[in-house]
Amino acid sequence: MVSEAVPGAAKQDPILVVDGLRREFGGLVAVDIAHLEVQRGAVTALIGPNGAGKTTAFNLMSGFDTPTAGTSSFDGRDTSGVNGHRLAQMGMVRTFQLTRVLTRLTVLENMMLGAVNQIGEKPWTSPFKPLWGKQDEQIRERAEELLVRFKLDHVKGEYAGNISGGQRKLLEMARALMVEPKLVMLDEPMAGVNPALKQSLLGHVKNLQSEGMTVLFIEHDMDMVHEIADWVVVMAEGRIIAEGTPDQISDNRAVVDAYLGEHQGTSFLEDA
Amino acid sequence: MNWALIFSNATYVALSSSAAAYALIAIGLNVHIGYTGLLNFGQAGFAAAGAYGMAIPIATFGWHWSAAIGSSVFFAILLALLLGVPTLRLKSDYLAIVTIAAAEIIRISMISVRFTWLTGGTDGKKGFSAFLVNANPFGDNRYSFFAQSVNGYSLFITIIGWILVAIFGVLVYFMMRGPWGRALRGIREDEIAVQSLGKSTTVFKLQSLVLGGVIGAFGGIILAAEKQSAQPMEYGTTLTFFAFTIVILGGLATARGPIIGAILFWFILQFVDNLLEQVARNEIAPSWLINSNNFGQVKFILAGFALALLVIFRPQGIYGNKREMAFDSR
Repeated sequence: MVSEAVPGAAKQDPILVVDGLRREFGGLVAVDIAHLEVQRGAVTALIGPNGAGKTTAFNLMSGFDTPTAGTSSFDGRDTSGVNGHRLAQMGMVRTFQLTRVLTRLTVLENMMLGAVNQIGEKPWTSPFKPLWGKQDEQIRERAEELLVRFKLDHVKGEYAGNISGGQRKLLEMARALMVEPKLVMLDEPMAGVNPALKQSLLGHVKNLQSEGMTVLFIEHDMDMVHEIADWVVVMAEGRIIAEGTPDQISDNRAVVDAYLGEHQGTSFLEDA
Repeated sequence: MNWALIFSNATYVALSSSAAAYALIAIGLNVHIGYTGLLNFGQAGFAAAGAYGMAIPIATFGWHWSAAIGSSVFFAILLALLLGVPTLRLKSDYLAIVTIAAAEIIRISMISVRFTWLTGGTDGKKGFSAFLVNANPFGDNRYSFFAQSVNGYSLFITIIGWILVAIFGVLVYFMMRGPWGRALRGIREDEIAVQSLGKSTTVFKLQSLVLGGVIGAFGGIILAAEKQSAQPMEYGTTLTFFAFTIVILGGLATARGPIIGAILFWFILQFVDNLLEQVARNEIAPSWLINSNNFGQVKFILAGFALALLVIFRPQGIYGNKREMAFDSR
């Protein structure tokens, strides 16, 4: 992948392109992205100090918030103004910073809910098991395979409200995969997770890439970013201030300034 | 104290057509609040749509009864769409506000003097029940039930009512067991999460509102059929809150909960009523507390107290899953 390390750099084969994306809350401009492309098949990290607008940008790109202005396209199709569930059907699935598991459904039910195009999801088909039983069995098998992979198979019968915070993170990621996405957007997948689980989550993210999925994730921990990201996009005050490989970003003066304020002597990023 | 009479009266009421009607209304409400998490405080409005939707076309416009029942269903669906389309995109609180207001608007419109020619006003809409009277296989005979006796027509309506309860109870059970029910329960837990999995939650919520509303409309039809009159006062907020009580008593998000809940609710209410009447008549309790004039009110005080205790000590109701109720925090 040869892209210039400048904000808004063009990519060889972008899966997601946004233009002039802007979100205002009253007088505050939370997000103002002139141009961004996300390379297909790559792991792209979105970093930035608190309040930089990362999550807002995520919400806008995934259709969970409506931009004040701007256009976007996903997988070659114009997706401006398309809402979240349609984008998910098109293959763009996201997770949330504060996990959103369905607490009074079992872990397995959480997973099975994630499958798209279910025959039995109509009120007139739902009562008739012969119509959807076979498909549901396939969904169950796929769900159980994923649960094994994410080491959640031993809690599959538990209510999701009973499992630990780390397990919820895993469940949310596993559930997103039930949608069979092309692009997985993870909002701080490692936040509040113990180091051992971090390593396993890291492995899962790498796996997504090797299975041909594109990953875009928000992260604070530069170690993690260095370890798995092919490309890093840095936001500050709603704008993209830098793009590049992790190494290029570590050396970027503007990024250091954004994190620590200007006129700061040492680089926090190099310490990390 | 005549215990046999008290028990026989309570059982009679618990199995009456009114109990069947309330069971239907509660089954519908359970689809909304139990399975989907929709705060519908206007279930009485759906029952009224059912009752008047049938009564007016037959009595005023001379429709065939089957078309009139179709009209009941139509008005219940229309009401669900009118309430749902503007509010279901918003937080559930707004649905609660809009539904309680809509139910009151319907009830007050029905008693409005201007529309009395159409709705029958405060006297209720009559003159639609000929098809039921003619179809009644039990005639005018009286059938004894313990200390009570029931006339043929009431028995007929009671049987129709419980058949409808069985049909809708089984239907809801199977619908909720399937993937559609799974999606509804997911929406109850976290709508945004379900959206992120590629499901249009607004469509699911509308479908739920329509289903529960139509079932509630059949409850309203039974209430009107029993009295051979659609009575506006039946469809007040009390009906909605009784339905809530029934659903919680039986157990939220369970198929048999609202059915058993309705039976038990009417049994308890009638039992306390008869018990207090006997207490008052035999002057067992001091008359400043209970006398023959006030036992009707004391019944609701005691029943309300018992139900408050139930919610505190057994929030999952009779059939609800305690583990499922345990984490109700979001």
